[in-house]
Amino acid sequence: MSELNTLGLGEARDLLRKGEATSVELTEACLKAIEDAGALNAFVHKTPELAMERAAAADTRLKAGDAPAMCGLPVGIKDLFCTKGVESQAASAILDGFKPEYESTVSQQLADAGAVMLGKLNMDEFAMGSSNETSTYGNVVNPWRRGNDDAPLTPGGSSGGSASAVAADLCLAATGTDTGGSIRQPAAFTGITGIKPTYGRCSRWGIIAFASSLDQAGPMTKSVRDAAIMLEAMCGHDPKDSTSADLAVPNFEAMLTGDIKGKKIGIPKEYRMEGMPGEIEQLWADGAAMLKDAGAEIVDISLPHTKYALPAYYVIAPAEASSNLARYDGVRYGQRASLAQGDGITEMYEKTRAEGFGPEVQRRVMIGTYVLSAGFYDAYYNRARRVRTLIKKDFEDVFAQGVDAILTPATPSAAFGLGEMTDADPVQMYLNDVFTVTVNLAGLPGISVPAGVDKQGLPLGLQLIGRPWEEGDLLNTAYALESAAGFVAKAGKWW
Amino acid sequence: MLDLTYDTPKVKTIAGAKHDWELVIGIEVHAQVSSNAKLFSGASTQFGAEPNSNVAFVDAAMPGMLPVINEYCIEQAVRTGLGLKADINLKSAFDRKNYFYPDLPQGYQISQLYHPIVGEGEVLVEMGDGTARLVRIERIHMEQDAGKSIHDMDPNMSFVDLNRTGVCLMEIVSRPDIRGPEEAAAYIAKIRQIMRYLGTCDGNMQNGNLRADVNVSICLPGAYEKYQETQDFDYLGTRCEIKNMNSMRFIQQAIEVEARRQIAIVEGGGTVDQETRLYDPDKGETRSMRSKEEAHDYRYFPDPDLLPLEIEQAWVDDIAAGLPELPDEKKARFIADFGLTDYDASVLTAEVESAAYFEEVAQGRNGKLAANWVINELFGRLKKEDHEITDSPVSPTQLGGIIDLIASDAISGKIAKDLFEIVYTTGGDPAEIVDARGMKQVTDTGAIEAALDEIIAANPAQVEKAKVNPKLAGWFVGQVMKATGGKANPKAVNQLVAQKLGG
Repeated sequence: MSELNTLGLGEARDLLRKGEATSVELTEACLKAIEDAGALNAFVHKTPELAMERAAAADTRLKAGDAPAMCGLPVGIKDLFCTKGVESQAASAILDGFKPEYESTVSQQLADAGAVMLGKLNMDEFAMGSSNETSTYGNVVNPWRRGNDDAPLTPGGSSGGSASAVAADLCLAATGTDTGGSIRQPAAFTGITGIKPTYGRCSRWGIIAFASSLDQAGPMTKSVRDAAIMLEAMCGHDPKDSTSADLAVPNFEAMLTGDIKGKKIGIPKEYRMEGMPGEIEQLWADGAAMLKDAGAEIVDISLPHTKYALPAYYVIAPAEASSNLARYDGVRYGQRASLAQGDGITEMYEKTRAEGFGPEVQRRVMIGTYVLSAGFYDAYYNRARRVRTLIKKDFEDVFAQGVDAILTPATPSAAFGLGEMTDADPVQMYLNDVFTVTVNLAGLPGISVPAGVDKQGLPLGLQLIGRPWEEGDLLNTAYALESAAGFVAKAGKWW
Repeated sequence: MLDLTYDTPKVKTIAGAKHDWELVIGIEVHAQVSSNAKLFSGASTQFGAEPNSNVAFVDAAMPGMLPVINEYCIEQAVRTGLGLKADINLKSAFDRKNYFYPDLPQGYQISQLYHPIVGEGEVLVEMGDGTARLVRIERIHMEQDAGKSIHDMDPNMSFVDLNRTGVCLMEIVSRPDIRGPEEAAAYIAKIRQIMRYLGTCDGNMQNGNLRADVNVSICLPGAYEKYQETQDFDYLGTRCEIKNMNSMRFIQQAIEVEARRQIAIVEGGGTVDQETRLYDPDKGETRSMRSKEEAHDYRYFPDPDLLPLEIEQAWVDDIAAGLPELPDEKKARFIADFGLTDYDASVLTAEVESAAYFEEVAQGRNGKLAANWVINELFGRLKKEDHEITDSPVSPTQLGGIIDLIASDAISGKIAKDLFEIVYTTGGDPAEIVDARGMKQVTDTGAIEAALDEIIAANPAQVEKAKVNPKLAGWFVGQVMKATGGKANPKAVNQLVAQKLGG
């Protein structure tokens, strides 16, 4: 038997239920893997004692035949989720040492489903970044490397710690959050599966807010089946989140038949970007062919406002962030700068926020403040909101034409080297989100599935975008694609 | 029901060095909604609790916390809107007003700038002299209150109390239809009265549960009428907003002082800057709160944590059906049903509790007599001891009993006052007290006649004088009352005296 930590959720669940392994063994294997993987810098707060306690409790329930869906399965939790009594810092210095008195709805639901939390996962500061280089804990390293090149690569961001941890088998699965692609892009960069559900599927309560109208939690897993299992445990209506949808949660796993005969898959022409690497283009075509072979109908579609999505996103997200992050002021919790004699409240704010926020967060707070300010509001924020409406309508139109899902590349490239973008224009970094932000702006479900490797052996992902609230159908299409692609490559262990 | 019509009150003018000036006033009333829990959290709204004890995670803006609207607060806002005869917007939305202050933990106040829950309404403001002004309401929106910063407890530190943070306020915005300091006070009093009738705000100004921002400008006579015709604000002067006042007296002072300041500027050839000012009652002046460079840019935008608020007409109709009788209707009914004067009806309907008290007393009795007793005796006595009507030691049944004794001629009006004092201080059933203490007036003419005869016999000189000067008859009446311990029926005494002396 392979090492327990390399299992996926589904396989491990079945083993536990058959009594062929225990949660304690599984958890110990993961904790050991985490200890050995310091070089990846994925886990930033470890909770081994809590994990062992929960694992033992899970084993008791398993023995009693009273095991909920994820009973005994060890997972990692992104640092953006508030976890009671455990550091929850959004990878920011401004929340240094912050331990909430409450548990986020999503992590609570996972605990209720029996999942075992191993610790907190690294990320970009306040989920702002696409390379995990904005974290106060330092960057995460991708377990994948280019051929025989030792140069460290980014795992993507912002859920880079989650991606790296799952890809490196430090945990069976992890939570992520996705505001503009923060689940799907790192999933693609590390050869794993990541789904951002429909906006309103997962409660945002207890997740540190970046951009409230775009943020959604989702699972990052080793397979589509695992994504179905974990998403079902994570989502559902929460009266504590006014934007949470009061809809029943289907049994997603039961919907994975692999049968997509007669499904209409749209290929949007606007996603065919100038300068797109040939390998990505080829992967996209291959993906379409695989779905066609599986019985789907492939149709060309148009999403005409796509090119305005990225600018609109980089107005709306910073605008909301500038307001959401105003609460980090040094008054009640987290970091407060030491003050000089004679400093007043203004100096306290300025020094605390200058010290506590990293450059990317400061940049976005400033952009957001600017676009909301008097005289610029209509030109930026209101215009961006109108664009958002048009983008949403683009999708509604193609779904109304009978399209069931849309196939696109997940990212415009494979994982790039850490530090490669340091001197680049920040907009270069923002381009990473070009295929993913439309989905957040429209509030749709999107999933990234590993579908191949590039010439250097790095994983590449394809994205499927589904109809609102039809994650089950989307997962099934992704399952068909996963089966056809047969992606089995793993990063060689160097750490 | 009576249809009350009023003349328009005279516009307040202030004489400047060169012209007479008129005042134009618009008021924003901030009323704390009466609710047990805050607008977006379950924390208590109780006044006077230990600092920072009524604070939920969301009130303290802990990371990841989200607001969930308190449905009861919406109901209260709708009820208030209906009470002000205003349009209820079935769709409204919440916006964030962004600014930094330690007593504002989120760094923004959740408010309703773009789509308020209540639209245009109106309120009739009576001035008590037979005049009244109809003031238009522009809108009512809901918003969160801020906490309290305390700067004077420690020389080196400031403290923050978040108990008030997130409590639901209604901001009731008037049009600039108010034309003088007295009207401003009467307007606020009327809004307060309506909300107290509705139970949507307790109106406690001392605790800050009702505050007002007052916008004041000046204009030359005739300019306001042009504004009314065109609704073009250019006809009016530049306004200044005097913030955060919670005393009727200071509000009136501040308006007057501010108007005089503006007149002096304009007559001196200057221009008034549009700005926010504070009234200093000690110095009797208003002063600028912040300079232009410090002016806030609130960066309002729709709160993405809250979906637009949609309510159903049927729900609004249910609330409307459950509204209590409002002051204007009650007053008209009191005038019609009990034959009260406009003034008495106003006094009695000022507070819903007084009106209820009066109605209980007046039921099946002479309304005017009941009104006199409630207003003159009871209110007067309560005021002496600073008691509210709800603390009255005399119940409506007891006061009604006293009035019944007067009406049946069992006691005189004078004795009734003594009886009232006894009931007020020691309690008891008025009829029983009258019996037990022998306070019943003597209507037996035989007994009165005997007493009178005795007095006539003892005072022959007075009798002679009285025959020449009939005014002296009063002396005999007084002597009879004295002899009977005040219990003789004055009407009977008068008749008998006239008979005997005049005969």
